[in-house]
Amino acid sequence: MDALDLARLQFGAVTVYHFLFVPITIGLSGLVAFCETRWVMSHHEHWLRLTKFFGKLFLINFAIGVATGLVQEFQFGMNWSAYSRFVGDIFGAPLAIEGLLAFFLESTFLGLWIFGWDRLSPRVHAACIWAVHIGTLLSAYFILAANSWMQHPVGYRFNPRTGRAELDDFAAVLFNKVQLVSFPHTVLAAYMTGAAFMLGVAVWLQMRSRTADRDRVMYGRATRLSAVVLLVAGLGVAVSGDLQGKVMTEVQPMKMASAEALYQTEQPASFSILTIGSLDGSKETFSVKVPRLLSFLATGSWTGKVQGINDLRAHYEKTYGADPGATYYSAGGYTPVIPVTYWAFRIMIGLGSLAAAFAALVLWRTRRGRIPRGRRWLWVCLSMPLLPVFANSFGWIFTEMGRQPWSVFGLMTTANAVSPGVPAWQVLTSLLSFTLLYAVLAVVEVGLILRTVRSGAAEAPVDDPSLDPADRPLVHAY
Amino acid sequence: MELTTIWFALIAVLWIGYFCLEGFDFGVGLLFGILARDDTERRVLLNTIGPVWDGNEVWVIVAGGATFAAFPEWYATLFSGFYLPLLLILLALIVRNLAIEYRSKKDDAGWKQRWDVLFVAGSFVPALLWGVAFGNIVRGVPIDAHKQFTGTLFTLLNPYALLGGLTTLLLFLTHGAIFVSLKTDGDIRHRARAFAVRVGAGTAVVVVAFLAWTQGLTGNTGSAVLFVVGAGALVAGLAAAWRGREGWAFCGTMVSIGAAVAGLFVALFPDVLPSTTDAAWSLTTSNASATHYALTVMTWVAVIFTPIVLVYESWSYWVFRKRISIHHIPGGPPPPLRTAPAERSTPR
Ligand code: HDD
Ligand code: HEM
Ligand code: HEM
Repeated sequence: MDALDLARLQFGAVTVYHFLFVPITIGLSGLVAFCETRWVMSHHEHWLRLTKFFGKLFLINFAIGVATGLVQEFQFGMNWSAYSRFVGDIFGAPLAIEGLLAFFLESTFLGLWIFGWDRLSPRVHAACIWAVHIGTLLSAYFILAANSWMQHPVGYRFNPRTGRAELDDFAAVLFNKVQLVSFPHTVLAAYMTGAAFMLGVAVWLQMRSRTADRDRVMYGRATRLSAVVLLVAGLGVAVSGDLQGKVMTEVQPMKMASAEALYQTEQPASFSILTIGSLDGSKETFSVKVPRLLSFLATGSWTGKVQGINDLRAHYEKTYGADPGATYYSAGGYTPVIPVTYWAFRIMIGLGSLAAAFAALVLWRTRRGRIPRGRRWLWVCLSMPLLPVFANSFGWIFTEMGRQPWSVFGLMTTANAVSPGVPAWQVLTSLLSFTLLYAVLAVVEVGLILRTVRSGAAEAPVDDPSLDPADRPLVHAY
Repeated sequence: MELTTIWFALIAVLWIGYFCLEGFDFGVGLLFGILARDDTERRVLLNTIGPVWDGNEVWVIVAGGATFAAFPEWYATLFSGFYLPLLLILLALIVRNLAIEYRSKKDDAGWKQRWDVLFVAGSFVPALLWGVAFGNIVRGVPIDAHKQFTGTLFTLLNPYALLGGLTTLLLFLTHGAIFVSLKTDGDIRHRARAFAVRVGAGTAVVVVAFLAWTQGLTGNTGSAVLFVVGAGALVAGLAAAWRGREGWAFCGTMVSIGAAVAGLFVALFPDVLPSTTDAAWSLTTSNASATHYALTVMTWVAVIFTPIVLVYESWSYWVFRKRISIHHIPGGPPPPLRTAPAERSTPR
């Protein structure tokens, strides 16, 4: 493998890893903020205990999100310096703004929230976790604006003298039409992820024999709350995903064709649930099809025309020249790896829909205070948090690999984006060290999460009146 | 003033903020292995930075992002050229962050000990390497006509830059010890102050040597003034520590770090990364910068949001202004002169 392949592998690996934790952070911070607000309003100790318990799980997850995020900020310069030079004028701004607006907000108010239980009034304390949640949303907005620009560059001018893409309309970058559909989709998917995490934990604690009856009621509240959020967000994800499909067909028709492995232009086009055929998807032996569905997904009309890979390729060759300098990627040029896009798209939708279906099932089975029973529920609890997490990963793998061979669509190929001066062995060194470190961290993190879940929500605190407030031990200490 | 100059100054400010704030975090990490006698004392040290360390780290993220946005060529050349040192810094920061968050999540001596080693190492590596990196930025590195770094790892390990590394390491250690004496109470406070005075003497010698070398290498009048202020503030701060004035001592090391870093940037200007191959190929504030329009947008964002950030960061320091002692650690000894409660309440 050369430096390019290694750099791509590294980018994919560390970014997907970062994004295992990010959606939980976004979703769970919102849910914890909701629980604390319920506590402030009702003074019911259940909500306080839930706040603290899920807050603890949230912190364990957040720590890895932060640590792996650092790598994201620096690796554009390290591995993709040609890219950074080319797009820095446009791409750098949202990144810097993300830091200034979002990361300061998140980290400062999280510090206040963790250590402020006995220093701040309950209202101010609850406001702190809301500030953290808003920070995660701002962070998502700006980083997605940067990413959307790569999918659909707008608001720029190419300057032949400097050889760079230069910003000429910042508002266009912030309100890119790809961004306007990607942001709701990603954030709703994050709410699904946070809710599914809470749901898996709450259902398990609720049905566990060791749990006191009194506490079952409490976990039941978390179960119902998270199931509702998961279901509603799931519907929102489907709607926004549908809108995304139409925008995508407009700006990157090749991605839609690759999502279906559609070689010949069709009208109307059918959507296959699954296909068995040759590896590159050009020949099929068996396929389950829903007629006209692809037409609807892509164009909004049941009879719309969907362009196939062959036509699009001919079109791109005419527009951008026979070889974008990236034919290494697929023999045909201008085409992503079809099996990856085809399956990633289906896995994303499949896993996400399964999570939403489980949420509906849980709502049914817990109606009017019922408690789920039976070993089969254990599997639901275990798979629950994982389903949306992997749906997210596959969504991104689809989005990013479906853009190939472009790094910035129509402007710069991935092959031209890599750092020219960095030798392969250095990239390999960092790839191996990150992989090793991340693997160890995954084990540690999962261990800590399971341990914390097993110990359940702590009892509500009792104040000790014999101590002067100034001498009381810290409510939370590292 | 040119927008590029303003952004050069803003990036300098971000680095100054980072080194002044995360500097004492690194110092606390280093002191973990030196000052603390038992687990309770280690937790005292850790909790002095507990609520703020994450916010302090964001300064470097924003410095990186601002460099990307305002000087893309600088970001690209620097980060791809300093690949391996940056990799080490990243790995160190990752394990350090997790050590802080995870060490007390399990009550198990072996678990804590492993994280403690990582915490010390994760503080040592960046404290040293940031200095090496800045030494190389000021001194210049081989850069060709295409703005590509052409050196190797060994180009970066020159004596001047290594002295820079030693300087930041010692400076952060002293700064951290003074911070601990300011933020704790009891025995550890006095030990921290005594340690700061002792190690401070050696630090002052190294700092003066590095700043004098820098002045000889690329200095100008502005940098000379700042370096004198930096060295003077350090000495004054140490004197204050010696006389037991912890607040003044902390101001001293803050000013010292701030002035020294400012001096480095003044000595660098108008270059952002000099080329030792041919001065004509140096990256400067004008040939490495983003366009005027992009800088204008960024300037508005910075003008509006930086004050807001500063206000809430200061507020969080204010909320946690109280000193911490072993009595504040859950499970630590009860405060003196008060009867211990008959029944300890459940941990909150
Ligand atoms: C949709 C949301 C999203 C996406 C696509 C990404 N991130 Fe992220 N990132 C977050 C949402 C987020 C977050 C939820 O806001 C995190 C998790 C923990 C945190 O502090 O913020 C975060 C953490 C985080 C941090 C650490 C912040 C801190 O110390 O507080 C950095 C530097 C980055 N990210 C940078 C990136 C970059 C350069 C990305 C692109 C390749 C990226 N992230 C993808
Ligand atoms: C929103 C912020 C993001 C930005 C700015 C971004 C940007 C990039 C860049 C610069 C590359 C490398 C160049 C290239 O291969 O084209 C890339 C590739 C990649 N990204 Fe993203 N990305 C983002 C989010 C994500 C997320 C969240 C994931 C996954 C969870 C992801 C998965 C990938 C993968 C798998 C690749 C490798 C594709 C390949 O080389 O074939 N990305 N992206
Ligand atoms: C009904 C189901 C869904 C549809 C129609 C759908 C559609 C899409 C489309 C078309 C894209 C590509 C956008 C682009 O390339 O610009 C995408 C990306 C993505 N999907 Fe979905 N999706 C669905 C369900 C889900 C679920 C359940 C999740 C996770 C819980 C999810 C997470 C993601 C993520 C994280 C991305 C990448 C981010 C982005 O491009 O905004 N999707 N989805």
